[in-house]
Amino acid sequence: MSKLDKTIVVGVIGADVHAVGNKIIDYALTNEGFKVVNIGVLSSQEDFINAAIETDADAILVSSLYGHGEIDARGLREKCVEAGIGEILLYIGGNIVVGKQDWAVVEPKFLDMGYNRAFPPGTRIENAVEDLKADLGV
Amino acid sequence: MECYLLVDFGSTNTKLTVVDIENEEIILTSKSITTIEDDIMKGFNDAYEQIADKVKEYNISFVDKLGCSSAAGGLKMVAIGLVPELTSEAAKRASLGAGAKILKTYSYELEDDDVVEMLDLKPEIILLSGGTDGGNKETIIKNASVLAKFDIKIPIIIACNKNAQPEIAKIFDEVGFDYHRSENVMPSINVLNVENVRNIIREVFMKNIVYAKGLDNAIKYVGDVLMPTPAAVLNAAQLLSKGTELEDGLGDLVVVDIGGATTDIHSLCEGYPTKGGVTMKGLAEPFAKRSVEGDLGMRYSVLSCYQAAGYRTFAKHYPNDISIEDVEKNIKHRHDDIRFVPETNSDKAFDATIAKVCCELAISRHAGYIETSYSPFGQMFAQYGKDLTGVKYLIGTGGVLVHNDYPLDILKACNFDEEAPDSLRPMKPKYLLDKTYILSSMGLLSTKEPDLALRIMKKYIKEITED
Repeated sequence: MSKLDKTIVVGVIGADVHAVGNKIIDYALTNEGFKVVNIGVLSSQEDFINAAIETDADAILVSSLYGHGEIDARGLREKCVEAGIGEILLYIGGNIVVGKQDWAVVEPKFLDMGYNRAFPPGTRIENAVEDLKADLGV
Repeated sequence: MECYLLVDFGSTNTKLTVVDIENEEIILTSKSITTIEDDIMKGFNDAYEQIADKVKEYNISFVDKLGCSSAAGGLKMVAIGLVPELTSEAAKRASLGAGAKILKTYSYELEDDDVVEMLDLKPEIILLSGGTDGGNKETIIKNASVLAKFDIKIPIIIACNKNAQPEIAKIFDEVGFDYHRSENVMPSINVLNVENVRNIIREVFMKNIVYAKGLDNAIKYVGDVLMPTPAAVLNAAQLLSKGTELEDGLGDLVVVDIGGATTDIHSLCEGYPTKGGVTMKGLAEPFAKRSVEGDLGMRYSVLSCYQAAGYRTFAKHYPNDISIEDVEKNIKHRHDDIRFVPETNSDKAFDATIAKVCCELAISRHAGYIETSYSPFGQMFAQYGKDLTGVKYLIGTGGVLVHNDYPLDILKACNFDEEAPDSLRPMKPKYLLDKTYILSSMGLLSTKEPDLALRIMKKYIKEITED
């Protein structure tokens, strides 16, 4: 049973089928005591939102590994607003842009899109969990 | 001679089936037309009249009498959920699996107007779902409060987030609603849990609905009217697929039932991907899945069937060339005269054509599909719904398949179509025909004697081949 009473939706967005990182995130968050709703790979923005509504989730963690994150992730915050969960915590991480770009340029792009946090390639899951706990006040 | 009497109180016919227990044979059948205006027992008495002499002659004693009913339009339900693709869809699937007809599905927050409309549709059961266990409570509790503003006399089944149920029960207790609690239809995301809610729907049907439909006289004679007819058909199909402890089933199968008003498809299989590299997406499907196409039928729904399919689909399935005027004339004729029985070869061929169109459209909507996306790593495949390509048997039932000269051609219209390769329809099934129309009665018998019911089905449902 989850001991933190916080529900987190995790999944890999777009036409991306990288399943390994997704499983690691699921495992790590579950171990930390979160209730994890894993919608898996090939997930559309709507899948994330629908799952968050039904489970009354506290945060959505979007993964993208295949370089198309910038296209796939755009507009998620706006759709959350439309769906009535506009205040939900949104994170994104992975290889979220094409090629190797300067993180100082990449990060603001995603924050502008409405993500509360964006994580660069190679981020340790422990660090992301720290941030998540801090943001959720647990 | 010891026998079972199995009664199907249908919307147009009441059918009786007498099963000889010792020899495992169907020894008598009869049917009689029932109309909505008649007392439900008129059809039964007329049908019984036809076999009464034989019952005496063979010295038959009935060890049990079992009934199912789709009289007066079947079991009518509305389903309420939260997100259309999730809990609303789960509630709909659970109700269909219980043999109900879904009048409408509602999502998100209910408004007073929605409830007014809902009650106008005259449902017999309301199914209230929404939220995963531990998930959303707010919307679903609010929906319960909106319902509580109205004077609702019909049973409400609560199959939502378990954490919202105590509060909803309290709200309904205060206004004196007749409610029944069930496990959540979708306990976590994309997980479907239909068994419990199906059983509760069946209980409510047995306790409340059969009385409301004037079947109380039938109960005096038949004992219990156990379930809606479509649920009996689904039970039979499940038994035939899975088998029993002692007797093997047939494995994965699909049952196609083409009626005057609807086309029902039942698939009994897990439907997991049969090809490598395919990812499953969306809400899980039940092993025993039933879908009902209210716009596809031979008579009442023949106009909407034409609207859905269009001239070219009809022309494709008709054995000869046919003009659009002739197609429309034939359609209109059958719609205006719903009791029309084809006599000439061309009328029979046109009935077969309608049946093929019903098959093609209904199976396309029932079967799962593959969505292809393109990524830097090449094509990616996602499967939504069930993969039916590998099912072993396709079983036909219903008037047109039994009475038409071309049942095999009709059933073949369900098959995989190279022009629609994303639709996961059956590829090389064997074709069986339920010629004596025993599925619903065997579904009833299966509640008492599953082995007997299974052996009789295997004996009477025959394979049809090219000649």
